[in-house]
Amino acid sequence: MSAIVSSEVLRLSVNGHDRELLVKPYSTLLEVLREDLRLTGTKHGCEAGECGACMVLVDGIPKLSCLVLPAQVEGAEVTTIEGIGDGSDLHPVQQAFINRGAVQCGYCTPAMVLAAKALLDANPAPSREEIKEALAGNLCRCTGYVSIVEAVEEAGMALA
Amino acid sequence: MRAATTEPDRDPSPGGELRLVGKPLPRVDGVAKVKGATAYADDIELPGTLYCKFLRSHHPHARVLSVDTSAVSSITGVAAVLTGQDLPTKYGIMPTSEDERALESEKVRYVGDPVAAVAAVDEETALAACRAIRVEYEPLEAIESIEQALVPPVDEPIHDYGGPANIHRLAALEFGEVDDGFARADHIREDLFFFEGNTHLPMEQHSSIAVDVGDQLTLWSSTQTPHYVHRTLSRVLHLPMGHIRVVAAPHGGGFGGKTDPFSHEIVVCKLAMLTGHPVKCTLTREEVFYAHRGRHPVLMWVRTGVSSDGKILAMHFRTALDGGAYGSYGPASMLYTGALQTTTYDIPAYRFEGVRVFTNKAPCGPKRGHGTPQPRFALEVHLDKIAEEIGVDPVELRRRNYVKPYTRTVNWLRITSCGIEEVTDRVVEASGFTRRTRRPGHGMGFAVSSYMCGAGLPIYWNNMPHTECVIQVSRGGVTLSCGATEIGQGSDSVLATVAAEELGLWPNDIRLVTGDTGLAPVDLGSYSSRVTFMAGNAVRDAARRMREILTGVAAEKMGCSPAEIEVRDGKVGELAFEDAVVAAQERFGALSTHGSYTPPSNLGGSFKGAGVGPSPSYSYSAAVVDLDVDPRSGELHLNKVWLAHDIGRPINALAVKGQVEGGVYMGLGEAMMEAQAYRHGLHKQPSMLDYKSPTFLEMPEVETILVETIDPEGPYGAKEVGQGPLLPVIPAVASAVHDALGVWVDEVPVTPDKIMRALDAKAKGRDGRFGPKSFPDVPYPTMVKVAPPDAAATAL
Amino acid sequence: MLRLPRFSYLRPGSAAEAAQLLAEHGSQARLVAGGTDLLPKMKRGQVEPEVLVGLGHLGELRQVRARDDGGFDVGAGVTLSEVGAHPQLRAAYRGYVRASALVSSPALRNAGTIGGNLCVDTRCNYYDMSYEWRQAVGFCMKKDGDICRVAPASATCRAIASSDTAPVAIALGASVVLVGPEGEREVPVASLYQDDGQFYLTKADDEVLVSLRLPKPDGWRSSYVKVRSRDSIDFPVVGVAAAMKMTGPVVEACRIVLTAVGPQPLDVSGAAEALLGRELDDAAVEEVALQAAKPARPLDNADLGYVWRKRMTRIAIEQAIWEARTTSSTTSSRPA
Repeated sequence: MSAIVSSEVLRLSVNGHDRELLVKPYSTLLEVLREDLRLTGTKHGCEAGECGACMVLVDGIPKLSCLVLPAQVEGAEVTTIEGIGDGSDLHPVQQAFINRGAVQCGYCTPAMVLAAKALLDANPAPSREEIKEALAGNLCRCTGYVSIVEAVEEAGMALA
Repeated sequence: MRAATTEPDRDPSPGGELRLVGKPLPRVDGVAKVKGATAYADDIELPGTLYCKFLRSHHPHARVLSVDTSAVSSITGVAAVLTGQDLPTKYGIMPTSEDERALESEKVRYVGDPVAAVAAVDEETALAACRAIRVEYEPLEAIESIEQALVPPVDEPIHDYGGPANIHRLAALEFGEVDDGFARADHIREDLFFFEGNTHLPMEQHSSIAVDVGDQLTLWSSTQTPHYVHRTLSRVLHLPMGHIRVVAAPHGGGFGGKTDPFSHEIVVCKLAMLTGHPVKCTLTREEVFYAHRGRHPVLMWVRTGVSSDGKILAMHFRTALDGGAYGSYGPASMLYTGALQTTTYDIPAYRFEGVRVFTNKAPCGPKRGHGTPQPRFALEVHLDKIAEEIGVDPVELRRRNYVKPYTRTVNWLRITSCGIEEVTDRVVEASGFTRRTRRPGHGMGFAVSSYMCGAGLPIYWNNMPHTECVIQVSRGGVTLSCGATEIGQGSDSVLATVAAEELGLWPNDIRLVTGDTGLAPVDLGSYSSRVTFMAGNAVRDAARRMREILTGVAAEKMGCSPAEIEVRDGKVGELAFEDAVVAAQERFGALSTHGSYTPPSNLGGSFKGAGVGPSPSYSYSAAVVDLDVDPRSGELHLNKVWLAHDIGRPINALAVKGQVEGGVYMGLGEAMMEAQAYRHGLHKQPSMLDYKSPTFLEMPEVETILVETIDPEGPYGAKEVGQGPLLPVIPAVASAVHDALGVWVDEVPVTPDKIMRALDAKAKGRDGRFGPKSFPDVPYPTMVKVAPPDAAATAL
Repeated sequence: MLRLPRFSYLRPGSAAEAAQLLAEHGSQARLVAGGTDLLPKMKRGQVEPEVLVGLGHLGELRQVRARDDGGFDVGAGVTLSEVGAHPQLRAAYRGYVRASALVSSPALRNAGTIGGNLCVDTRCNYYDMSYEWRQAVGFCMKKDGDICRVAPASATCRAIASSDTAPVAIALGASVVLVGPEGEREVPVASLYQDDGQFYLTKADDEVLVSLRLPKPDGWRSSYVKVRSRDSIDFPVVGVAAAMKMTGPVVEACRIVLTAVGPQPLDVSGAAEALLGRELDDAAVEEVALQAAKPARPLDNADLGYVWRKRMTRIAIEQAIWEARTTSSTTSSRPA
């Protein structure tokens, strides 16, 4: 078989900026974001698709970056927590997380914010059950989820 | 530095309304966290960083015959390799159990015990190098249960101290005349319970990065206790503490799991010293399960004698803890399983016998509620059973036995403010518990609990304050330095709020230097729910001292007395805060004030073991759980949890609500599904898929009710909330299942299969119960008989 | 951080080319679409391919087509989320769409494909572990070892069939289209699996599953009941698909397929014959469930006790039958 190539070019857009990167084809989007681009707002808790902490939006759709290969995001638009909000202005989801105390240790927060944003983009007035269903792959050990559900509801109202 | 001239006022709420304390204010670190800008330990990257991986034992118990690292040197990219020879000094969080080495060279005691470590240019290389190390083991009999640990081992004990067999620690304490109490009892009941171990599962995997430059070793780590890590590094690396700085990096979840000094923290420091490069280690999720220090599995036996009207006359409580492979906080954990039964109930005669054993499993330690959720589960369910047996309402039975405020318990614990009656009233009223309507498969359960506001004694013996802080004020702003460690619970926000309250500023006007042993004075760490109470007091004192300086100067300028000066809304009297600072600096030069907190010395008794349990105050919680359970499957559906908590006074109402909800969540997880289970000496579920942590869909509605008792010694009357609210949830779940189906599951977690086995037993005409059937013979030592406090001391 | 081992990633121009690449690279190659099953296993060293043949970019696999005969062809690369959002599929194949929506968590359904779920690896808690963990307990025949850890006397691997969608596809009588180096063939989903947790698929290693052919609904109603600890993330520890055709209240045909109770989905429709030609009632459904659950063989290689899982098989079968009967997709099952 052919020798394994240890780098190849990846073209994608990250938070609105077109990037051309040399990446390992056997890395994951998580590693590309955190280690190649130093966008450390994307967290990791298991690297096996089980906790949700590494969630980013790929063309607006929530994906777990620990299970995405560079080849799978060629030409894609990737949005990380660093791409949410407008400069120093917080996105309404971020503001609602602060207002409702939906942040404690903050480690699951970037992924939760992205999951909530994607939900509200698709469904601006979700019910409590719809919020829980949409975020059910994101584990949190601090909050008991109660304040997160409240925050997403509040953000939905703010965006309406 | 300017010394304080007067003792600050200790009145919890001195004249005037509180502007900030008690309000639901946003966290001071909230914006950074929602933006993903907070740099946790694994997010810190220094130029030239090397990456560290561990080689760990794949035997539960084995002698290490040889460690051959010769193949590693030929691997390109490897900078250094360490084995046990390089770090021979033993350490451990408790001075009585210093039984760990950063890398084991003589024997390994659980699957996951670290044997060697490699620093390399990247993790891939370090991992390949670890796999190239050859270790020769001689396997030994693995000890896998409490029962097995109590009998003489086939090969050898796990440790060369403790004993007999694999016993780590024993205790036997008697307070008051227990036999006499039982002799006078109208009803005596005995029960057996088992609480399976479980783990913290912080979202953030432990991570550390060290750099050693110019005789200064610096470690950033996801730790709850930078001071204890600091001490350990000094001991193990043979460096003076003055040449080491430990920084608690922003923290992705602790719950007690990052409270011990860990192997990886020591190893990255040693590797940084050897290589001259920064060295980072981030554990994998599987390694986090091996680091553990989580909830001990505890087998319990309890015997209680009551009068015909349900008054407790005597209680005998036995516990046996499966400690895993090392000491950790174990001696304290064991004593905690017997200490706080008396802080909720007035037990006039009380006997406690405890044992902690070593087994070849990941070491257990402190998890939220440290050593008290297990006996709380047993005690509350036991009281439910007594209530049923003697025909008294379970809430009423408890009320008849509640402790009273400002008393001393039979085991010498000082009770001050105590909202146990109020939390009971509020939660029963809100939930409609006593007037609940019945439908098939529906149940409600009630339980109460209490927890400490910080341990009365430090982990190592010393007479210094438990917490210290410095406030510096200059034209550059206000800086508060305190060793207290933000682990997500909101301690930075609490301290900033306290300082801002006193200085007439906003919390985000206060620049915080916390969890840093190099830049801030010592605080013992974020454990035992101590930070709000202890560091809160210290910061309030320091801030009041600074306020006195500023009001003194302002009064001079304004020609009035300092007492007339109002400090609020960024002003000191008529002066802007900044102008008052300038005036004070013109007068005094550099401005700083300090505060510290040492718990009173009269909190507990003087017998051996009396160090565990005393606290300057206790919080109280009551829970009602409402659930449905399917009698054909045993599957639970939680409808709602009501949790009333005696908070003393909230410093930040939003953060308090968050701690209650988080505690309820963690309690429900433990009650329903979480288990650190083993099979063939191996962790059975070392992943976030297999270890069941509840999702959004398992979490019911939570109604949080705060009861304010204004503690006389807490800052502004505040008490703890980080741990207490977890405690009553677990027995309330078991009680609700019994309410629904008429069977008892006397074992946590209360899983569907256990419920079905209890129902099967009931259907076959046997006892409708699932739980342990016997308690092993334990060679308890001679009972230490402690005279209870006399009547004068009992009513404080 | 858990990282992937090194491999080469190839981008075939078509499914046929993918099959050629598989043939060329033999046992060194694996297909990858969503990656949600394969990549964690590669990180844990359970599979060690040197070549990944990517399918995600192939538009031909991403189509949902209504056929002239009233059935649907769903491309293997359609994600589980897309199935759940497809109005016609939702209307026609309730049980199948339900099963798709119960796979893992939302983000994994956004990546995971319907082809991937049909081919999802069998699971076992002696196997779905890191290299170091498996080294500690002893390797098993599915990877690096020679015995079955959960059933040491077994000549074959007893890892558990874990696809949620396969049992519904079988109950509906669906088939799959496989493209190999020799061309294309269509096989019933029912014959895609065999009773061996290691070699659980009957398709050749160089065949690519390109689409699922769902037959015309023709009055068939389907349901899927999934048992697990948590209502998200978790794999099934018992799964039951039922498909039923009724004339008024009378059962005309009924199929029941179990999953997660052995190495392959189990078609236990024979037990449902007692329901044919009659109306459903509690006693009949209970008796059928008792018989249908008999072949289930849960072992101690998944979450929750195996005795309980066996018991739950019967209960889940009952529930699946009642749910298949109901016409509305929102209301629940049992007659009051």
